[in-house]
Amino acid sequence: MDWRAIDISLSLALWAIVLLIPLATLLARWLAWTRVRGRSLVATLIALPLVLPPTVLGFYLLEAFAPGTPLAALFRALGGSGSLAFSFEGLVLAALIFNLPFAVQPIERAFEAIPPHVREAAWVSGLGSWQTFWRIELPLAWPGFVTAIALVFAHSLGEFGVVLMVGGNIEGVTRTASVAIYDKMQALDSAGAGRMSLLLLAISFVAIAIVNASARRRGGPE
Amino acid sequence: MGAPERSERGVRRGARLVVRLAQPAPIPLDVAFDCSPGELLALIGPSGSGKTTILRAIAGLATPRDALIRLGDCIWAELHGGSGKALSPQARRSGLVFQDYALFPHLDVIGNIATALGHLPRAQRKARARELLARVNLEGLGGRRPSALSGGQRQRVALARALAREPAVLLLDEPFSAVDHATRKRLQRELAQLRQSLDIPCILVTHDLREAIGLADRIALIDHGRLLQIGPPEEILSAPVSPRAARLVGHTNIFEGRLVAAPDGASSGGARLALDWRGKRLELADQRGHGVGAEQGVGAEQRAGAEQSAGAEQSAGRAASVGEEQDVGAAFGVGDEVTWMIPSSAIVLHRRGRPSRGERENPVPGTVIETLVFGAETQVTLEPAHAPELPLTFQISTHAAARNGIRPGVAATVSLLADAIHLMAHPAEGNTDGRTR
Repeated sequence: MDWRAIDISLSLALWAIVLLIPLATLLARWLAWTRVRGRSLVATLIALPLVLPPTVLGFYLLEAFAPGTPLAALFRALGGSGSLAFSFEGLVLAALIFNLPFAVQPIERAFEAIPPHVREAAWVSGLGSWQTFWRIELPLAWPGFVTAIALVFAHSLGEFGVVLMVGGNIEGVTRTASVAIYDKMQALDSAGAGRMSLLLLAISFVAIAIVNASARRRGGPE
Repeated sequence: MGAPERSERGVRRGARLVVRLAQPAPIPLDVAFDCSPGELLALIGPSGSGKTTILRAIAGLATPRDALIRLGDCIWAELHGGSGKALSPQARRSGLVFQDYALFPHLDVIGNIATALGHLPRAQRKARARELLARVNLEGLGGRRPSALSGGQRQRVALARALAREPAVLLLDEPFSAVDHATRKRLQRELAQLRQSLDIPCILVTHDLREAIGLADRIALIDHGRLLQIGPPEEILSAPVSPRAARLVGHTNIFEGRLVAAPDGASSGGARLALDWRGKRLELADQRGHGVGAEQGVGAEQRAGAEQSAGAEQSAGRAASVGEEQDVGAAFGVGDEVTWMIPSSAIVLHRRGRPSRGERENPVPGTVIETLVFGAETQVTLEPAHAPELPLTFQISTHAAARNGIRPGVAATVSLLADAIHLMAHPAEGNTDGRTR
């Protein structure tokens, strides 16, 4: 069993969730309630990773991570050492990109489902925007957040093509569970691949069960 | 209950609301009205006329291009050409009951009300929410989610939430449209009681004329975003300023005619006027008092007959000022082409073989062409013999229709009560400007 790979996969999923959900919330809220020029362009860009072949996305990410690009410069400026490509940080950044539609779309739909009058009623009741967000919007949109978290988790754990392109297959750094399973199959270790697959199956099942239970508890009217 | 806290918070009680709104789009608006503390003003008009937009503008949820919204000395909005200052909805302290109530579905009833109690210390909010719940007769339902409430209960919660902020203005957007008939009656009665304890301006948006008449002190008639007429319900009903205003409040007997000198009129100084309706001479009451007469006509509806009661004189005094205020009546002279109307309640059917007092007035013989039974009432359409293309419609009780043999094809005579005949400017001369020719 490649525990390092399991650890890297889980870390990647958690980082993706922690960083992406707040970003997706801002984007989703803007998309849900704004009707301005450029809105549909942004929506299209966000949806692009859904249809783009993972290798194509991986290729462009590698291009963007190459030394001398603004992204690489930013990485250095933030104290990163070495190359953004083939690093865990690069993997997290890639995860933010390929998970974007999975995070934004469910949250956007959840915000859209909140009747405009309910938000207005909150304002008229004296709640400021921030209070309205925490006390009215967030609880009402919660099922969308749960779906987004579940999808980002599952997708981070399972993504193969982009991860292999951007991260390579460096043991202990960028070798995720999915890549490790592929590795074991290449090495004709089908028993090892089977054990890892079973563990991933169990983790996924438990994660989704927890998320679903939480959706039932917090979500919407009884 | 609410009063001591209000003074605690140092808020002036009962300031007057002044509203002036104008915008060309998306919904054209051009209205100006005031609402006194304790007064209930009903905005009525067809759907799409801008009533709700006006309410939303007052609450701060819509920003018209040009607006002045003032509560006492406190300016809520002052916008010219889209710029200026406008307070946020949070800063306006208006209580708004939405048409769909817009309760917070994830909070229980107490939570819904407590959300609007942000001005109180946290510890006091629950107790205050329970007090408000009792005020709208919903004790004991505080733990329920909105989805577990009936329509009427939801409306009460919405009302309690609107009152929770100690609002300076209460705004009600079609608050009774989403409940059944019996509940509506009960809620309307409750609102009528509740507002006696409110010393703030209340504005009710409705498309239901009866509701407006029953609840409001004054009615503002809105059409295509314009204020057609504003006044007490009886004036809106009996003295519409224009044919359009008359149609909007349900009048169907609207005709054109010419003013002539009354044959016997020279006796009392000024020329008394009569109306020439396609060659038929109709007596008119004293021109200064249209509003007066029409009010009697409305009263006649309740009396369901031609018998005039002494009470009519009493109301005449009250409405005389109305007649003066509205210069429409005073501005007519012999020879004028006018549009005139008569409420269907002032069209009195002559009973067979049993003449009564009112029947001497303006008799119009004709032929019944249609009868429509609406339960206890029957609507009769009569083609006058002198002008069959200008049918009159009126209601009589269904049993009276049967007793008098009223059915299509029979001949019948009606009286048009002179007091109720209301003159309006000729449509060609514009609606409210009065006479220009």
